[in-house]
Amino acid sequence: MNLDYSESEQTFREEVQNFIRANIPSTIKAKIDARQKLANEDYIAWHKILYGRGWVAPNWPTEFGGIGWTPLQCHIFDEEIGLAGIPRVMPFGVNMVGPVIMEFGTDAQKEYYLPRILSCEDVWCQGYSEPSSGSDLASLKTRAVRDGDQYVVNGSKIWTTSAHWADLIFCLVRTDTEVKNQEGISFLLINMHDPGIDVRPIITMDGGHEVNQVFFTDVRVPVTNLVGEENKGWTYAKFLLKHERAGIAAIGSQKRQLNRLKEIARAEQSNGQALIEEPRFRDKISKAEIDLMALEYTELRAVSAANQGEVPGTEVNLLKIRGSEMQQKISELLIEAIGYYANPFVPDSFEAGWNEEPIGPDYAATLAPEYFNWRKSSIYAGSNEVQKNIISKMVLGL
Amino acid sequence: MDFTLSDEQKLLKDSVDRFVAEKYGLDVRRALVASEDGFGRENWKTFAELGWLAIPFAEASGGLGGGPIEVMVLMEAFGRGLVVEPFISTILTGASLVEALGDKEQKAAILPSVIQGKKLITFAHVEPQARFTLSDIMTTATADGGRYRISGHKAVVFGGDSANHLIVSARTSGDQRDENGISLFLVDAEAEGVTRRSYGTVDGLRAADVALKDVLVGPEALLGEEGDTFATIESVVDSATAAVCAEAVGIMDSLHEQTLEHLNTREQFGVKLGKFQALQHRSVDMFVACQEARTMTYVATLSLDKPRTERIRAVSAAKSHIGRAGRLVGQEAVQLHGGMGMTDELAVGHYFKRLTMIDTLFGNMDHHLERFAAAVYG
Repeated sequence: MNLDYSESEQTFREEVQNFIRANIPSTIKAKIDARQKLANEDYIAWHKILYGRGWVAPNWPTEFGGIGWTPLQCHIFDEEIGLAGIPRVMPFGVNMVGPVIMEFGTDAQKEYYLPRILSCEDVWCQGYSEPSSGSDLASLKTRAVRDGDQYVVNGSKIWTTSAHWADLIFCLVRTDTEVKNQEGISFLLINMHDPGIDVRPIITMDGGHEVNQVFFTDVRVPVTNLVGEENKGWTYAKFLLKHERAGIAAIGSQKRQLNRLKEIARAEQSNGQALIEEPRFRDKISKAEIDLMALEYTELRAVSAANQGEVPGTEVNLLKIRGSEMQQKISELLIEAIGYYANPFVPDSFEAGWNEEPIGPDYAATLAPEYFNWRKSSIYAGSNEVQKNIISKMVLGL
Repeated sequence: MDFTLSDEQKLLKDSVDRFVAEKYGLDVRRALVASEDGFGRENWKTFAELGWLAIPFAEASGGLGGGPIEVMVLMEAFGRGLVVEPFISTILTGASLVEALGDKEQKAAILPSVIQGKKLITFAHVEPQARFTLSDIMTTATADGGRYRISGHKAVVFGGDSANHLIVSARTSGDQRDENGISLFLVDAEAEGVTRRSYGTVDGLRAADVALKDVLVGPEALLGEEGDTFATIESVVDSATAAVCAEAVGIMDSLHEQTLEHLNTREQFGVKLGKFQALQHRSVDMFVACQEARTMTYVATLSLDKPRTERIRAVSAAKSHIGRAGRLVGQEAVQLHGGMGMTDELAVGHYFKRLTMIDTLFGNMDHHLERFAAAVYG
């Protein structure tokens, strides 16, 4: 037993750090430092830089253009990206539909889609949740009816992140209404630019636009876009959910947030002393830092086991719960830390190019919207209550 | 980065797990707690024969040269079995201080007899006013014609009733909370001027409040340099703290298992309790707390050989975290057992009591939260 990274892992970490420093475009770096929103072009630009280095899909097998990094290397890479404040590669292609196509797709699908995912030729989004099917995903109703060599799709998907940017959506659709919910679902790839698709923005309470509702009206999809077998989509969906939750604890970006919290607590004054000296607040920060340590090393226990060849199990559900709770906790402390200056709300200041004098300290403007935004993390990717149901059944045998 | 035990460590784990499973049922423990010594002399002999008492000591001291990981393996199993033998007081504090600070004669006089299970020794350090501050020492040792005259009051000295030797900390210089000026003395537990008021503790152990009144010891009793022992005390106590974290993990895992068994057995409203989602989610919270407590025990244990600040950061983070996690797991275990959880008959209450008292041992969750913050934020 030991807690230390090996020499080659340390070298690898430095290599990643150097690469980020040397390659992050100054325009993106400026936005990150100013905590302004990144545009779709920024995500694509960074994706292509990683693609140039061959670092888009560290977790893919080499035969499909992956790198074959060890799980610990993947963890280190992800941690460094997070510490630098750089958003991850959009997960919908690389981490979600990519592995499904690799595992269940036809050769033609593999040959066409996988290289385009790597090079970011296509931007993907995920069509899972529906207005009446949230936690009970298998009750989904979006209908795909076979008509010759096409499916005709009608229905609606909701909470679709990046649908307003996406070229393709992978969708769970109902192809059989006569059987048990889980047995009548298929996995379809649909072109977002096809006629009959309507994307309407959903503005969240922080004022942001990340998610959408997508409407399908008589959308015609070639049967060659079916992944795997008809009515076996639920199996593929479950396979994908595992990938969706991998790395969900986001240790690197959480450490960055915690460092930010400590900097702010050193800068803010309370009763003539730095806020970090104020016992009540100091306790909260210390608890958060200790809890993050517990989360980090709990994840590392799993990563290190995977490194030694163990098959990842249900620890991902635990990491989802604790990871989201920690994101929310730190964002909560961040708005507590800035007192009154949590109040001013100037949405223009989140956009690139805004260069007016900030209201209050320059670190304050985005904290309240971020806090409100982070309430999503205990809801998405399977709500924390659903995660607890899974642990209860699969791990505890209740 | 590796969280697996070596083959030798696995053998040790098998051996101590087997001992606990076969020889340490609740009835056995009950009898031991009620016995005159409050623990099993026979068990202690077995520990010695199996080499467990020799584990943390260097081969030069007659030990097996084991490290924090071996101690962790033992302590987790001791927690699982709710073992009452004085391993923490005698091995992890008393004898460990002798090994760290003793000269050749002192080591020869103490360590072999301790390792062979013949003598017990404990660290009489904490004082009523000190709470968890390790440097808060009012007991004094004043020079008296080439000897030291020691007077003071030591509070809740675990194993203090049965110990043959006490290591008494006393101030030879400095103010009440100074880190400098604390000296350690090897004192015979029967020495003139030593009065022990012994009692049982709420979790089934034994302790004593020790009054020292004009106890005279010679210069050969001085352990380590006069007035310069604090760094060693702190590091020995940190190691012992990591060890009780492991004990807590053993207890928490057992409480969780007992709870799951109950939920899978007892029926109300015509179904197993485990079918109720309110109870399922609470047992998942317990599971998460157990997992994180185990993680933090690993972090503390594997950081004991790191530089001081890093060691403090890890050990205090772990003890503080486990204080909270232990409270959750203990209280939930009782709650989910319903009325039966309140009884003396069931094991749950006994585990809960020990787990609760562990939070007071070597500093509670608040003490370690501030110690962590001071190390990290200044």
